[in-house]
Amino acid sequence: MSTTARDLVPPESRAPSGAQAKGVKSGKVRRLSKRDKVVLSLMVGIPTLIQLVFVWLPTLMSIALSFMRWNGLALTDIRPAGLGNYQYISQDYPPFWPAMQHNLLWLAFLALVATPLGLLLAVLLDQQIRGSKIYQSIFFAPVMLSLALVGIIWQLFYQRDNGLLNFLLGTSGTPQAVDWFGDSSVNIWAALIAATWRHAGYVMLLYLAGLKGVDPSLKEAAAIDGANAVQTFFRVVFPAMRPINIVIVVITIIESLRAFDVVYVINRGTNGLELISALVIQNLVGEGQVIGVGSALAVVLLVISLVPIVFYLSRTFGKENKA
Amino acid sequence: MAAHTEPSLTAGPGRRTILKTMGVGVAGLAGVPLLAACTGGAGPSGGGTESSGLTFGSGSSDEVPKKAYQAVTDAFTKKTGKTVSTNVVPHNDFQNKINSYLQGSPDDTFTWFAGYRMQFYAGKGLLAPVDDVWEKIGGNFSDALKTASTGPDGKMYFVPNYNYPWGFFYRKSLWAEKGYEVPENFDALKTLAAKMKADGIIPIGFADKDGWPAMGTFDYINMRLNGYQFHVDLCSHKESWDQPKVTEVFTTWSALLPFQDPAALGQTWQDAARALAAKKTGMYLLGSFVTQQFTDPAVLKDIDFFPFPEIATEGRDAVEAPIDGLLLSKKGGENAAARQFMEFIGTPEAQDAYAAVDPSNIATAKGTDTSTFSELNKKCADTIANAKFISQFFDRDALPAMANNVMIPALQTFLKDGKMDVKNLEAQAKTLYAAQ
Repeated sequence: MSTTARDLVPPESRAPSGAQAKGVKSGKVRRLSKRDKVVLSLMVGIPTLIQLVFVWLPTLMSIALSFMRWNGLALTDIRPAGLGNYQYISQDYPPFWPAMQHNLLWLAFLALVATPLGLLLAVLLDQQIRGSKIYQSIFFAPVMLSLALVGIIWQLFYQRDNGLLNFLLGTSGTPQAVDWFGDSSVNIWAALIAATWRHAGYVMLLYLAGLKGVDPSLKEAAAIDGANAVQTFFRVVFPAMRPINIVIVVITIIESLRAFDVVYVINRGTNGLELISALVIQNLVGEGQVIGVGSALAVVLLVISLVPIVFYLSRTFGKENKA
Repeated sequence: MAAHTEPSLTAGPGRRTILKTMGVGVAGLAGVPLLAACTGGAGPSGGGTESSGLTFGSGSSDEVPKKAYQAVTDAFTKKTGKTVSTNVVPHNDFQNKINSYLQGSPDDTFTWFAGYRMQFYAGKGLLAPVDDVWEKIGGNFSDALKTASTGPDGKMYFVPNYNYPWGFFYRKSLWAEKGYEVPENFDALKTLAAKMKADGIIPIGFADKDGWPAMGTFDYINMRLNGYQFHVDLCSHKESWDQPKVTEVFTTWSALLPFQDPAALGQTWQDAARALAAKKTGMYLLGSFVTQQFTDPAVLKDIDFFPFPEIATEGRDAVEAPIDGLLLSKKGGENAAARQFMEFIGTPEAQDAYAAVDPSNIATAKGTDTSTFSELNKKCADTIANAKFISQFFDRDALPAMANNVMIPALQTFLKDGKMDVKNLEAQAKTLYAAQ
């Protein structure tokens, strides 16, 4: 069970847990030959080095740059800015607070709508219905589609003049047609639906794996005790999937924090679709590059992301230590 | 299976951007010794190629412009016997990576625009001045083009190739049918717009989903009210945003808001161009590249254009006509063949070679072949030739961060609710320009 859970965790958060586990084990080995030591140090050293160079170093540099002003040219142009960049994003940068709100809304929507929807799909498809595999593939397909395709598909639905949705509403081509992408009071919802479409498939797949791992004898026992299907699911099966549930919670939080592709495809995260991640891109990559401000935004995102990661790691390792 | 790869596909932008920052940092580090080498004066450009040829970096990656530049380099090789090795980079990448490009190992010459960013890199010493070239080709260009090619130190850096004017485009047949007349001043524009609205047409086509097209309207109202010099100074933040002159621009603009297409924020300029072609909108302010969308020759023939009407005393001295051309990198400055190429691009001969393949723009040199010009092209060319000042469009005249990160959201908000917080614009401008 716990191995399934760990396999389903995104690789980046898996890496440190693997490294640590190795460290614990190597302490228990009685005596190591020279060769063992070399092999072991390589096995620990290489991932550590990769981790250091590709994760820790950029993170630390990013944090350092968030306290600097730099035009991205010569290194001598780097000047200290103190908290200037943070002051700028919190006080002078109008898209910042809407972006925070939208990220929260995103989290609430994924947690309350998309994830339960994925669970529902999983439970339905776990029954021995005909064509279950086909349905699974269909619901999972959005997760595998590329950014560009997602954009085109939703464009077909949401277009103002010849989109499917306005056509179904009968407003297509009239002045009453809803401008799903352009009207800042509705476009966040349009984007959330598109995000749900992807997220639900992902959650479905994880829960399907989880449901397969639940011991059938538990269900039988519950049935013998007179529990109905709903009771069996919520009282027995769902609690038995605890490791998966934790993974899902963390994934939902992380997905909502790094939500990016859908809004970027629509309008690059402007006009009612501001998200922190889109602002980071706007400020760090490309022509509008302001390294200090972009780094400060990235650090804000990092700090927020640390909360669920710490929660998850403490949960997992807390349990392992007890065991 | 795919569930495992998915997270890394959409991998947290946080981490990815950190990596990019890192990349920038590394590029910066790599740039330092190279720069040092450059200022050291030890000719860093590979020894043998110096007289026999040059390298040319091109951001013109679209099919037609790419072929057009190919025609230019072929003509140059034919004329001088010097080889040009062209290095084409997709134009978005080219623009986005220009910082590290210029500090790494840039090509001898490369495509770029006139305006603030050219001046910025000239000021940082990353470009080589080409005054000697201008001595030979200066006669080919108007004063307005010469001003646009000058760096902050008064030296010449840029050689223009082509440009395209911004103005109001409209369908002649629709206007003739309804009896509309080209407005000469702002009041006439408002009257005309009101008339169109009464006729059930959306008077002014508008599209701002991408954010940048609205800057054209801002630039024009600003220049018509406050003059070209104020536009330049405001863009380079020598003038404050928090002043009545800027507020006045938005007050004036708000008179036009009710006549603009209310769907502006959901459509791209291509959508708005189609609406103009379908006679749903009466006129549309955009660059002359709008004509690319009119694939039906009958529609294209029916398109005319007029410059932005007069508002205050400034008249119509200035035209917004972004110029594309070539720059010489610091390294390329030591290559005689590269200077020769810069000189070549400033001649009617080279610009004709370019325009023969890509006729959608207007060549800048005097004496270029205009015999193949359509009526519309002639009008565009005249408008530019008669202008005293040529502005480069807000996103080329201002700090790119100011244009992309500040003006796009600000203008989109303005289009929505007609409000503009100039104090906040100034606060943002202060921080962003200070970081440069």
